[in-house]
Amino acid sequence: MGYKELEIIANRIRRRDLRTVFEVGAGHIGGEMSVIDILTALYFDILNVDPEAPMDPDRDRLVLSKGHTALALYITLSERGFIPRDEVATYLQPRSRLNGHPDCTKVPGVETNTGPLGHGLPVGVGMAKAARISNAAWHTFVITGDGEMQEGSNWEAIMAAAQFELDNLTLVIDHNRLQQGARLAETNNLAPLSPKLEAFGWAVEEIDGHDMQAICRALSTGASNGKPRCVVAHTNKGQGISFMTDDVAWHHKVPNTEQFERGMAELEAAAGIGERSR
Amino acid sequence: MSARAREGELHDCRDAFTATLEALAARDPDIVAVCNDSVGSSKLGGFRNRWPERLINVGIAEQNLVGVGAGLANGGKLPFVCAAACFLTGRALEQIKVDVAYSNANVKLCGISSGMAYGALGSTHHSTEDFAWMRAIPNIVVVAPADRVETAAATEWAAAHAGPVFLRLSREGVPDLFSPGHVFEPGKSNMLRDGTDITIIANGTLVHRAVSAAGILAARGVEARVLNMATVRPIDEEAIVGAARDTGAILTCEEHGIHGGLGSAVAEVVAERAPVRVRRLGVPGIFAPTGSAGFLLDEFGMSPEGMAESAIEMAGRSA
Repeated sequence: MGYKELEIIANRIRRRDLRTVFEVGAGHIGGEMSVIDILTALYFDILNVDPEAPMDPDRDRLVLSKGHTALALYITLSERGFIPRDEVATYLQPRSRLNGHPDCTKVPGVETNTGPLGHGLPVGVGMAKAARISNAAWHTFVITGDGEMQEGSNWEAIMAAAQFELDNLTLVIDHNRLQQGARLAETNNLAPLSPKLEAFGWAVEEIDGHDMQAICRALSTGASNGKPRCVVAHTNKGQGISFMTDDVAWHHKVPNTEQFERGMAELEAAAGIGERSR
Repeated sequence: MSARAREGELHDCRDAFTATLEALAARDPDIVAVCNDSVGSSKLGGFRNRWPERLINVGIAEQNLVGVGAGLANGGKLPFVCAAACFLTGRALEQIKVDVAYSNANVKLCGISSGMAYGALGSTHHSTEDFAWMRAIPNIVVVAPADRVETAAATEWAAAHAGPVFLRLSREGVPDLFSPGHVFEPGKSNMLRDGTDITIIANGTLVHRAVSAAGILAARGVEARVLNMATVRPIDEEAIVGAARDTGAILTCEEHGIHGGLGSAVAEVVAERAPVRVRRLGVPGIFAPTGSAGFLLDEFGMSPEGMAESAIEMAGRSA
């Protein structure tokens, strides 16, 4: 799939995400907008997954460790055919499969349950280790938030992945510089991330996390000489909607009608959609 | 049911656990062992020598230990995650809840040296809250075998069961209670001795003491039923209700705090379905003083004589 087509899909996911957050009245829109390009690249270009066989033993694994951005994952899964498109409207509704955080026992395509931060990477290490023991070719990807890297469990996993030489594991850090309450720099600043990962024995690459070509290239890079790979994706919370971008207030704020319309107009303009074709 | 409490011949159940695990692993190449620098204390040296690539040692990192176990299960492996029970459950509780139980990962959590097996090392190393913690989490079968035969049988069952299991093992020597060939049934207790005056319900290292206590009681004219309640969750409600109705009083004994463990589970059933007197023996809501496991069990009223004293007091009052 070409980069332009991927960008169109990502734009559509952003519009659906904004609309769902507005209509349901909840979500984590800031972090969803920051991770959508990464999710789109993975599901439409990188991952060897099949919605008709979501439990295929040889599938690639993706763990969205920043589980609070589940809505972005659900919409991406629906675009890819894992769940019905209409089902996204049930997000957070009573008895819906679509919790505020993803549940692998209910939603096809979800590999493990996340929500409390710092869980996905250790599980990803176990997945990659399983593939290694089995001499299987499938790859494991884990997406964490940057604030999430404050959880010590991640660093336990980072040490183990290097020790086990898991070059079949890729960690993507959605580096949007904001956490729920404030900027990382004002809280517990992990930046710069690259030298820390490199010191722990990982191969690290920094990319623009909203440049589809850069994302696809970084995530399709082959094995890295026995080193697990980390892609530090420089992103913006609220990417694509100007008044949300890089604003900590939009961690899980819900847009009012005026804000929804402004945001939607911006996303539509970016997609080249005119007012009439709404 | 044959109750063969033979004093003098004591066995470390870890040996039965690892011998069974190795026998299972020889047949099933997907079985892996995961540990936290605990190859020795989990007695995994033999496993490591036979299948070094299937022994995954994450180092001293229990959150990662359990997360890696869940990931291995996702990747098609059958992980036995082995660590000192106190660290496995306490340090990695959220990983057990989310990565294993809530995600329904087919992980076998093996808590080694549970209860007060580390004795004089102190309360940091005692695992006397693990029943309560594990029992509060949905979707985990919680098992504390009583001897080496039941340990082997429970290990075989755990490997065959599709879903999370917490296997609570000790390092304290215990005599044989079950005959070879005993089949473990989850959620089913075993009546090791029948009686009409009181029921003693115990599990793990306390069962042989309970059998001995019943012998003391018989000599004093009190007939005690003894139930081995290896599975704490799901608990054998019918056996508990039957014991309440048949004997009118229940004494529980566990190498665990009295809050939230076996005694609490029994009391919940009794209170709802067949109210009779219940007394819980265990660690009485304190951090234990210094001493060996044997000393501490005696100290907390769980020598056979101590159990018998409690039972006589209860049987007398309930008569």
